[in-house]
Amino acid sequence: MSPNLVSFVYLIAAILFILGIKGLTKPKTAVRGNFLSATGMLLAVTVTLLTVNNVDFSYVIAGVAVGALVGGIMALKVQMTSMPQMVALLNGFGGGASLTIALAEFVTRVGLVPSSLSDIAQPVAVSVNAFGDGLLGTIAIVSIGLTVLIGAVTLTGSLVAFAKLQELMKKAYGLPGGPLGNGLLLLGAVVSLVILVNNPGNLAAMLAILGLALLLGLFLVMPIGGADMPVVIALLNSYSGIAAALAGFILGNTVLIVAGSLVGTSGLILTQIMCVAMNRSLSNVLFGKMAAGGEEIDADEIYDGKVTSAQPDEVALMLETAKRVVIIPGFGMAMAQAQHAVRELADALEGQGAEVEYGIHPVAGRMPGHMNVLLAEAEVPYDKLVEMDRINPTFEDTDVVIVIGANDVTNPMARESEGSPIYGMPILNVDKAKNVVVIKRSLSPGFAGLPNPLFAMDHTVMVYGDGKKAVIEMTTALNQL
Amino acid sequence: MDILILLLALFVLALFLGVELITKVPPTLHTPLMSGTNAVSGITLVGALMAAGTDSSPALVNWLGFVAVTLATINVVGGYLVTNRMLAMFKRR
Repeated sequence: MSPNLVSFVYLIAAILFILGIKGLTKPKTAVRGNFLSATGMLLAVTVTLLTVNNVDFSYVIAGVAVGALVGGIMALKVQMTSMPQMVALLNGFGGGASLTIALAEFVTRVGLVPSSLSDIAQPVAVSVNAFGDGLLGTIAIVSIGLTVLIGAVTLTGSLVAFAKLQELMKKAYGLPGGPLGNGLLLLGAVVSLVILVNNPGNLAAMLAILGLALLLGLFLVMPIGGADMPVVIALLNSYSGIAAALAGFILGNTVLIVAGSLVGTSGLILTQIMCVAMNRSLSNVLFGKMAAGGEEIDADEIYDGKVTSAQPDEVALMLETAKRVVIIPGFGMAMAQAQHAVRELADALEGQGAEVEYGIHPVAGRMPGHMNVLLAEAEVPYDKLVEMDRINPTFEDTDVVIVIGANDVTNPMARESEGSPIYGMPILNVDKAKNVVVIKRSLSPGFAGLPNPLFAMDHTVMVYGDGKKAVIEMTTALNQL
Repeated sequence: MDILILLLALFVLALFLGVELITKVPPTLHTPLMSGTNAVSGITLVGALMAAGTDSSPALVNWLGFVAVTLATINVVGGYLVTNRMLAMFKRR
């Protein structure tokens, strides 16, 4: 096949990826968009298979078979509540793929033929033109080094994110010195990269980049806790795209560059949205500690004697006369697998003529859009899922707000108490509603470690217990009235 | 050199296009957007095929190529399938 024809097919594939993402701008066109994008992928892969000659296909076929099997099983078996873990793993695999491509190119171009581990430690004399003439050669080796660096950070960082989301790793570990330790690791990797560029045959430098970057990924994500995960996942998503684009520079491949850039910007924009929704800078999420500074707030002082609790059937009496109800889901709803029960309660309310909407905070759950996917799974129509900015003005006309498994995103201290660590964070103003029902296991604080004055307000009642059970009891009681 | 400038131009223009496109995706679809872009980043499969090595390559290259092809294929197959599963739920009504 002529190189021009191949480039032309890559162009078509790139256009299909772009149209695919464009399809995602509306729920109606999204399925078709995903299909277009997949078609582009099939085209790009097919045309590449037709051009590569002399390839040892046994490795390729084995890789595709194993990958398709693993990917297929993961995609069909994963529960919607576990979607953050799935995406974290896929980010890591993307980074790992770019990493191994860069290493394979490095070994090929250096002409390294290792027969044992000790061979790898030997410096190799590399011909000047191994990586291309002049500037092209420099760009190639810089791209290889950067791809290894970013790919390795993405790989281990994502694996740690997965372990945390899957609750395999519960504690937060960090390097002594925190950001300083991470900074030293990064500095070491960059210095090794400079050494490698000056002498592309320096295998020790390549191994140093690899090792330091793998460690950096580990230590960057290990100290970060649950509610900050949306930011981490979005950022690693971006890294996996940037690594792919860099791999495109190594191979001079246009479709890799375009697709990688699109993924890179997507992750960055989502990271930005998440940070704004928490009123924190990216560096604060990655390196900072929440609730640092500010006076210690005594939870007892806020809650003492002011918290009213209620049984589900008492709440049902309140709901019976409600004209407008807003449901605020949080990570607790996902934990309790309560999305279907919530939908049934909403159906019962709509059956008696009430208007029901869902208020979704951008950082509710463990990844961007997590709550929307869970509620879509429970067959809640997507036009009932209302963003924070659009739902906030409606709370004053809302009879009952039901908060299930959310805490910090409803805390009025973010609006009113200037010394508080969450001051300035945009929240759902549920306290403006006429009545608030909070379904929660106990009065324990959320991720920010703060008491929530909402729970002590006169028009708030607490329903303690398992979210799913409480909602089902409310629905039953409501239907019996 | 000319090629390098072209690739760089492509990279920068794609970044701008990415910003324009992604900012229009509604928050409701942010999870499928992430899994969908995971699938797109599986385009490294193309790079993996190119880097997988030939019959005469050292075995190390072949094995690295195998790992790259496997990981990229997981992204492509897993990413598109799980995105389709999610989006099909949004379609109803």
